[in-house]
Amino acid sequence: MVTARYQTAFRLYPYEKVSAQDTGTPARHPVVIVGGGPIGMGLALDLGKKGMACLVLDDHDGVGMGSRAICFAKRTLEICDRLGCGDPMVDKGVVWNLGRVYRQEEEIYSFNLLPEEGHKRPAFINLQQPYFEQFIVEEIRRQQACGAPIEIRGQNRVTGQIQKDDHVLLDIDTPDGPYQIEADYVVACDGANSPIRNMLGLGFEGRTFEDNFLIADIRAKAEFPTERRFWFDPPFNRNETALMHKQPDDVWRLDFQLGWDIDREAELEPDKIRKRVAAMIGEDVEFAIYTFRCCTMKDYRHGRGVFAGDSAHQVSPFGARGANGGMQDVDNLAWKLAAVINGDAPDALLDSYHTERKHAALENIKNSSRSADFLRPRHPAHALFRDAVLDLVKDYEFARPMVNSGRLSTPCTYEQSPLNSADALPDGPSRTRPGSPCSDAALDKGFLLDHLTGDFTLLSINATVPDDANGLKVVPLTTTDDTDGSLATRYLGNNTSAVYLIRPDQHVAARWAEYDADAVTAALHKATGKG
Amino acid sequence: MAELTLRPNLTNSDDFYAALLEAHDGLEPSEMHALNARLILILANHIGDDEVLESALRAARTSSGHRTNRGEKDEPTF
Repeated sequence: MVTARYQTAFRLYPYEKVSAQDTGTPARHPVVIVGGGPIGMGLALDLGKKGMACLVLDDHDGVGMGSRAICFAKRTLEICDRLGCGDPMVDKGVVWNLGRVYRQEEEIYSFNLLPEEGHKRPAFINLQQPYFEQFIVEEIRRQQACGAPIEIRGQNRVTGQIQKDDHVLLDIDTPDGPYQIEADYVVACDGANSPIRNMLGLGFEGRTFEDNFLIADIRAKAEFPTERRFWFDPPFNRNETALMHKQPDDVWRLDFQLGWDIDREAELEPDKIRKRVAAMIGEDVEFAIYTFRCCTMKDYRHGRGVFAGDSAHQVSPFGARGANGGMQDVDNLAWKLAAVINGDAPDALLDSYHTERKHAALENIKNSSRSADFLRPRHPAHALFRDAVLDLVKDYEFARPMVNSGRLSTPCTYEQSPLNSADALPDGPSRTRPGSPCSDAALDKGFLLDHLTGDFTLLSINATVPDDANGLKVVPLTTTDDTDGSLATRYLGNNTSAVYLIRPDQHVAARWAEYDADAVTAALHKATGKG
Repeated sequence: MAELTLRPNLTNSDDFYAALLEAHDGLEPSEMHALNARLILILANHIGDDEVLESALRAARTSSGHRTNRGEKDEPTF
């Protein structure tokens, strides 16, 4: 028996009995991914494209319904471009640049994000999570048709796990009864209430911050322009905040802060919700109350078990750092897992997944907690300064950067990562120092990130690098490819030439002014956990 | 002649704001007010320019958010 925990929006992988359920001897899989949400499916796609066999076990047979992530940041879209599913997301998604902030009845300021030129993708798009997941699964289907070794088993629920010396034994329940499999590595992408984490008796550490929000997704042909609106203390939600965002298909996301001491059942009374919503716009389609926490596991790796996405860390929704952070986990983990299993890198490389992604999770938690503190002052001093900022903001521009209704997700730089080599490009641009995610740049033909396709790559700008240098893919560019100066600004600074060693996840591992074979070998060693 | 800057001037306003709140952690209201008074005096001494300080006092007293929400009139006090 596998009982449903939620309703599905799209049925994408109905249960089918497999022969492994009857053999009695557990089959061995290199990677088993538990959970078929965006993080689990994203990881399966990344691994499968590298030719690494992986099995996804999901206890449902499709994409969950409901109001969840809607904001996907540029870095996520760049990762999805590398995975081959960025275009349908951007085609379907809503792009916005204008934000308006209100206090009580009055607009106190507006901002235009005016995205930086020279990037293929916008700062972010609004897109319902079910679509995001669907586009990933559709790309998995295309890759499977081309032979990618990805398998998805719907209505397969993991009910137990035992870590052995060289594998993990998993108990699985299905509509046809239980069976067992073995995995070299198990990646738990099973969400905030991670059953795998609970089976291991592992919890969270750090500060937990709690608040309740009512989210309502409204279908309405409203005449509102495509912009983000944020209210402090609005007439329809006194002493609290509210947010309105546009999604595809004429759906509007409304977000009402409710506070911590609420009667959840009373708040979910349809009449009460209709009253709240009627004060803003149209008819309601679906709604839910969500509670959030900011927390992280101590270790993201436990032997042969690895945690990714919400199972490892959770943030408040301000700044869209949940699903976006999880996709960066995928980006970081897939190449390391493939390299270790293929014998190209020592097992220790997987420890750097924990080091780098925990650093990122703490940065995300810091930023989203600051937003939460601004929206829900926990101390009289917090309220005093919050109100002072709001008093000043209409007249004085300096106060605007202090208004914090969410700092939009930007990717983390892995400062101090053991995989980084010392920066050897004199006064090189800070944004591309070792550990940074590569900034996109406009080229004569296309964009820079389109050339960084998931292998270790040497990016050469005005430098002389042999074709097959160190056995690596080489992307040889010169400033004549640099149509708008973005490549020079972001990668050269005042240098006339530069050579970058770029990891499969498009983070900078090392950089120099000129090519030096020995230096590249040493940096490659370091970046693969060999020293 | 020095002029009061009312345009964004902090390198990282989120970091400063968080540090400012942290300085108030665990304080009673009276201690909070005392801390803020000391902080203002320290910053005023650092600025050290009468015109700038007078402009700052005026800006703080007459911001329209302050008027709207506290029901006060726009009356210059200098």
